[in-house]
Amino acid sequence: MDWEVVIGLETHAQLATRSKIFSGAATAFGATPNAQACAVDLALPGVLPVMNRTAVEYAIRFGLAAEGVIAKRSIFARKNYFYPDLPKGYQISQYEIPVVSGGQIVVELEGLEIPVRLTRAHLEEDAGKSLHEDFHGLSGIDLNRAGTPLLEIVSEPDMRSAAEAVAYARALHRLVTWIGICDGNMQEGSFRCDANVSVRPKGQQAYGTRCEIKNLNSFRFMEKAIEFEIRRQIGLIESGGNVVQETRLYDPDRDETRSMRSKEDAQDYRYFPDPDLLPLCIDVAWIERVRNALPELPDAMRRRFVSDFGLSSYDASVLTASFDQAQYFQALMHFVQGEAKLCANWVSGELSAALHRDGLEIRHSRITPQQLGGLLRRIQDGTLSGKMAREIFDALWSDGGEADTLIESKGLKQISDVSTLEKIVEALMAAHPGQVAEYRAGKEKVFGFFVGHAMKACGGRANPAQLNAILKNRLAGK
Amino acid sequence: MNLATTSLKQLAGALRKRQVSSRELAQAYLERIARLDPMLGAFITTDHECTLQQADAADSRIASGTAGPLTGIPVAHKDIFCTQGWLTTCGSKMLSNFVSPYDAHVIEQFKAAGALILGKTNMDEFAMGSSNETSFYGTVKNPWDLTRVPGGSSGGSAAAVAARLAPAATATDTGGSIRQPAALCGISGIKPTYGLVSRYGMIAYASSLDQGGVVAPSAEDLGIVLNTMVGFDARDSTSIQRPSEDYTALLEQPLHGLRIGLPKEFFSGGVSADVERAIEAALQEYERLGATRVDISLPNTALSVPVYYVLAPAEASSNLSRFDGVRFGWRAPQYDDLADMYERSRAQGFGSEVKRRILTGTYVLSRGYYDAYYLQAQRVRRLIVNDFKNAFTQCDVIMGPSTPTVAFGFGEKTGDPVQMYLSDIFTISVNLAGLPGLSIPAGFGQGGLPVGLQLIGDYFSEAHLLNLAHRYQQATDWHSRIPALASA
Repeated sequence: MDWEVVIGLETHAQLATRSKIFSGAATAFGATPNAQACAVDLALPGVLPVMNRTAVEYAIRFGLAAEGVIAKRSIFARKNYFYPDLPKGYQISQYEIPVVSGGQIVVELEGLEIPVRLTRAHLEEDAGKSLHEDFHGLSGIDLNRAGTPLLEIVSEPDMRSAAEAVAYARALHRLVTWIGICDGNMQEGSFRCDANVSVRPKGQQAYGTRCEIKNLNSFRFMEKAIEFEIRRQIGLIESGGNVVQETRLYDPDRDETRSMRSKEDAQDYRYFPDPDLLPLCIDVAWIERVRNALPELPDAMRRRFVSDFGLSSYDASVLTASFDQAQYFQALMHFVQGEAKLCANWVSGELSAALHRDGLEIRHSRITPQQLGGLLRRIQDGTLSGKMAREIFDALWSDGGEADTLIESKGLKQISDVSTLEKIVEALMAAHPGQVAEYRAGKEKVFGFFVGHAMKACGGRANPAQLNAILKNRLAGK
Repeated sequence: MNLATTSLKQLAGALRKRQVSSRELAQAYLERIARLDPMLGAFITTDHECTLQQADAADSRIASGTAGPLTGIPVAHKDIFCTQGWLTTCGSKMLSNFVSPYDAHVIEQFKAAGALILGKTNMDEFAMGSSNETSFYGTVKNPWDLTRVPGGSSGGSAAAVAARLAPAATATDTGGSIRQPAALCGISGIKPTYGLVSRYGMIAYASSLDQGGVVAPSAEDLGIVLNTMVGFDARDSTSIQRPSEDYTALLEQPLHGLRIGLPKEFFSGGVSADVERAIEAALQEYERLGATRVDISLPNTALSVPVYYVLAPAEASSNLSRFDGVRFGWRAPQYDDLADMYERSRAQGFGSEVKRRILTGTYVLSRGYYDAYYLQAQRVRRLIVNDFKNAFTQCDVIMGPSTPTVAFGFGEKTGDPVQMYLSDIFTISVNLAGLPGLSIPAGFGQGGLPVGLQLIGDYFSEAHLLNLAHRYQQATDWHSRIPALASA
């Protein structure tokens, strides 16, 4: 039987606010346990939550960027359950009326654009962490993360393969980092995805029973986990079994998903509107202010790179893979006008390779757009060959400085002077009359012999195009 | 100086004129507490050293000429207000080991004003009760009759003021917890408009209903204290930002033309004859002062008790989840695992009335019951709000009894929670609507026990309500009567 896979994703994006969603405590990662938990985060008797305005603004920013609808009035609700790292015994979240409804993320996969619809995005607080090691059999509670603002972004079940799901997650990751609302650090848990996966016979309308998979803390694990889960569900059904609705945990070490809790264990969270918080009212003026401050979004920028710079769709996609890279490219274009393809090649080629090698983000690149621009201009005007340019690039990367200074000091200037090249060629022809005769007799392979020797004679600095032209003329007897 | 007969205003005047020092005042009140409170049980905690230190600071401030109206005045605080360095128990075993690391906004306001913390007063556990019989720290006795309840949940504050163990005390009111004990103890008490007094640091019972207020012998003293207590606080999202107001400014205004609305639902049966007689006499007094009576109706009054006992427990069940034995408060000494620790800690730490309300609240919020109970109650709450809106188109103030009867005896209603809940029938709807309410002494009923007259005003009409109460208190002396025990 042919199976169709149905996947929806729930993503928790940690909002990059300085303070927590309902308290003034800092949100920085990695502090000493409980050093960033104030009275409100500890849920001492009598404390009350106060909404963080920036968190709301980030939610609006996301809603606009994803073309969703911003609720003029949304409600915070309490989700009640007991757990030691949930200090109040309830999580403040949004239930019936989220701050953002609808919207979509356009996913590119193998040259196709696939729209994935969003159900909603809502604001909520994170819980703390339970630490089970190093406490002699007891558990430690770190409430630094408690109250960190999250935007939970829920997609419709629009994805049909693990690859599509990963492409969606990547596109979403790019969007939230692009608009500056999330640092996107998956290792630190700033961007966490849960996948709802089900399968059904191709052509069937009704959805199959779904499982929710948690602990997908990298795109690679997400793909593997979903693929495992698809195989598991199909295998189960084909062998006469049934999929049970449950939450499953992905174990990357064993590359499998394991049952965590079934639907029967599902808790009744007893949601009700939080009486400590007034309805969140967002006026049109605020929405418009946020809209006007939005940066150009990745899809629009990609299209502009194609139309304005004449880049291929592929190059434009690669360059807009992240906001910082796109910004770098645009800054570079400022220094090397009219050479979009050259710039694109260097950004996605040499520069990316060097960044990757040294494990750097592009915003921490050791070569600035201005420095790289100085280098590319010397390719543009024929001073440097590609090979020489790479040598300068390496020097710039390790020692800094400016391309022009390095070209001088290394004597790497390309020889483009016609008379100099002609002299070299003439001397060469005079020294090898036999080969000249062979060439003229039609043995064109000998051409390479002359190029090689000419280059050798000038230390490899000859402008190859010019050298070729001169050689062709002279050998032809002109 | 006879503390039993000196008002807060007079004490403030004496301090300013240096006829008495704050230290002397504090010592005198602490002495009264030491002598009389063992009979009453109004206080859970006193701290002589701390209070006297604050008194000395107040005395320097008075000497330096920077004193405010409350500088040097000892004020007792309901043990629901978190007070830095003080045991803050909320009347519960659950918090019997909780020394607050921070001050409630209300405490901050009093500290800034230079008032002294005289002690923390007893209360029904987590403010759940109408008789002060649910406190882990024992019952509070009514100073007028030690076999009777003082009312609740602010029974300790009310009894302390009635016995003149404090010139004023803070209190909170979720369904009548200021007005009902004020009535039963023969003192004045005001619950301001919801949002006027910050709830930050006031341990939550039912967040949408809880409101801090004050009890004192007279309306004038209430106004003076309210001036310090009211104020915007950014840490409470339901705190209301509005220009500050002097709650004593309108006290002397004449009452000519005042229209008093009398809801027929407050007078039709259910009220004992002695209370009805006292209220009728009070209304006649108001007529002599220039007011007229208007018959009005609050048709949904009877629904206020059931609505309250859905909404308040719902909020409470969630508010009290933080008392889990993990970070502070009572933790069972022995347990098998996490769930067992939760269960035992909460089973041991909470009393039966608190458990009853947590269970009720958990039930009404549960899947399948939420719409029928919680949502339906919210709809009826809206109707109750509308009842008041309509009423205030016909009258300037609503009056009636604060309670159906005078103080009842210990154990009289503990066996029947519904009977206990019905003792708040006249006060609960005011919380549901978020309106200000006031109770003032209006004579005595059966057994020589005080009767309270309730005044309900429109939103933010506190100064006006205090004016009405003050004019009445100028014409009568019920508020200056003190129980025999207090004059000892």
